[in-house]
Amino acid sequence: MNLHAVSAIYCFEMARAGRTLLQSIVSPVISTSLYFVVFGAAIGPRMAEIDGVSYGAFLVPGLIMLTLLTHSISNASFGIYFPRFVGTIYEVLSAPVSPMEIVVSYVGAAATKSIILGLIILATAALFVPLRVEHPFWMLAFLVLTAVTFSLLGFVIGIWADNFEKLQLVPLLVVTPLTFLGGSFYSIDMLPPFWRAVSLFNPVVYLVSGFRWSFYGISDVNITVSVAMTLAFLVLCLAVVSWIFRTGYRLKT
Amino acid sequence: MPTTHGHDAAVAEAEPDAVSGKPEKTVETARADAILPRMQPILSITNLSKTYASGFEALKGIDLEIRRGEIFALLGPNGAGKTTLISIVCGLVRPSAGTVRVDGHDIIADYRAARSIIGLVPQELTTDSFETVWATVSFSRGLFGKPANPAYVEKVLKDLSLWDKRDAKIMTLSGGMKRRVLIAKALAHEPRLLFLDEPTAGVDVELRRDMWNVVRTLRDTGVTVILTTHYIEEAEEMADRIGVINRGELVLVEEKDELMRKLGRKELTLHLQVPLEALPPGLDGYALELSEDGTELTYVYDTQGERTGITTLLQDLSGAGVRFRDLQTRQSSLEEIFVSLVRNAR
Repeated sequence: MNLHAVSAIYCFEMARAGRTLLQSIVSPVISTSLYFVVFGAAIGPRMAEIDGVSYGAFLVPGLIMLTLLTHSISNASFGIYFPRFVGTIYEVLSAPVSPMEIVVSYVGAAATKSIILGLIILATAALFVPLRVEHPFWMLAFLVLTAVTFSLLGFVIGIWADNFEKLQLVPLLVVTPLTFLGGSFYSIDMLPPFWRAVSLFNPVVYLVSGFRWSFYGISDVNITVSVAMTLAFLVLCLAVVSWIFRTGYRLKT
Repeated sequence: MPTTHGHDAAVAEAEPDAVSGKPEKTVETARADAILPRMQPILSITNLSKTYASGFEALKGIDLEIRRGEIFALLGPNGAGKTTLISIVCGLVRPSAGTVRVDGHDIIADYRAARSIIGLVPQELTTDSFETVWATVSFSRGLFGKPANPAYVEKVLKDLSLWDKRDAKIMTLSGGMKRRVLIAKALAHEPRLLFLDEPTAGVDVELRRDMWNVVRTLRDTGVTVILTTHYIEEAEEMADRIGVINRGELVLVEEKDELMRKLGRKELTLHLQVPLEALPPGLDGYALELSEDGTELTYVYDTQGERTGITTLLQDLSGAGVRFRDLQTRQSSLEEIFVSLVRNAR
């Protein structure tokens, strides 16, 4: 394994986040704090507790997941798209680096940034609402699995996109709606039966539900199903990435 | 898409002898192995073809061997296949057929070993604008699997007159300096085979001469250089051997001096004492051209011919009463040879 190469790409990507600290870290923390102010402090007191958890505290896993999904995708997609856009990707493709090493370094860096961000938001949330984490191992497991899976999805989007509009298309038109409709702000048990059944086709439901279970021990779907669905999505993303490198799609002619 | 050997690029690298279980080498075979690399070409291309998905046949059965330590200039008009050829060797484009070996390593089956030997300076000025010179060169070294070596990076930057700019962001550099950064990045991992794809495109004359010196210095340190260029003058100035590619086919590969000797035509120009209105009748048998003002006679002859005909021409001129005050000869340039070759190939 070319560890020097993996380290070079990983450090390069992490350094990029350091240069755009305001955009990478501060901006999501501020927007998440605003969610707590609006939904937690202003609207929260008027909402009933959900399964014994105050609405403000109920929001925390969903908000972390919302940030984790969007930032994993944007970090990874931009990380691979930008070198393609400016042409510097030639260097990576001509280096003695295997496809696996390329994925590990780009996706690893994107996931690391998202996980750090998730933990910062968790710490920020603790300032607003009383928090408890009943299953810390599973909390971290969901955090890492989700960050890696959606960074892989972002990597795929970054390869697929051939302009900046497409780069934003999937996160804006697919991922954000799925996250908002995936139980980030409510329990899907609050929905009418028909819409609850529809929601079960939304993969984000399983991520949010599992993640919330790790905090409060309550979930919309069985925790085993949540883990299985997350792993299934991870395998799907890995399969697509593997196909990309096998065929050279948008990378090699 | 078919690959060179019908197997995927991700095929594992060659395993060391201890792992593969090959018999231990004898003293004789070990000695032969030591001699072989010096004799073996650094780059060996066999029957290489590339057809793009659009159906465009960019390369048609290219065979080429590059010797160690030489400067090889690959000439050809736009779309001839120069960049496709380089891109295949560097792993950026997949071959449709044929084999490429770099220092004996197959570029697909043994891609790690092959690529670690190669440095590539691309045609376009593609740089990480927000990075510093030091950071981007160090990044390239790591990317090619080499541990950090600040002393070596410092040497490369100093050799390329980039040391003063080491902390400057690339976007603040001029085009010429960016080109140097690309060369520094390509040299960061100490390659033995360097591809320079149009290295001096858009570079001013002074900087171009600096670049030529850099390339010569590299050759002197044992690096084999393959360059593509539109500037024939560049090839004429630097190359040891010339390859001409046109429409995906290698039209010729020849020592530069030999090429110029073989294909070069010479012109003898006579500056006349008295202008002529027309050629004297006795000189009709010579391929002579009279200038419009009648003051110069030009005679074209083949340097390869057994007889150039100059002696008899001068005697006949004298007999016809044509006197000249000066004469000069001129060898046709590589550019003229190149144009002639490409025109003939059409």
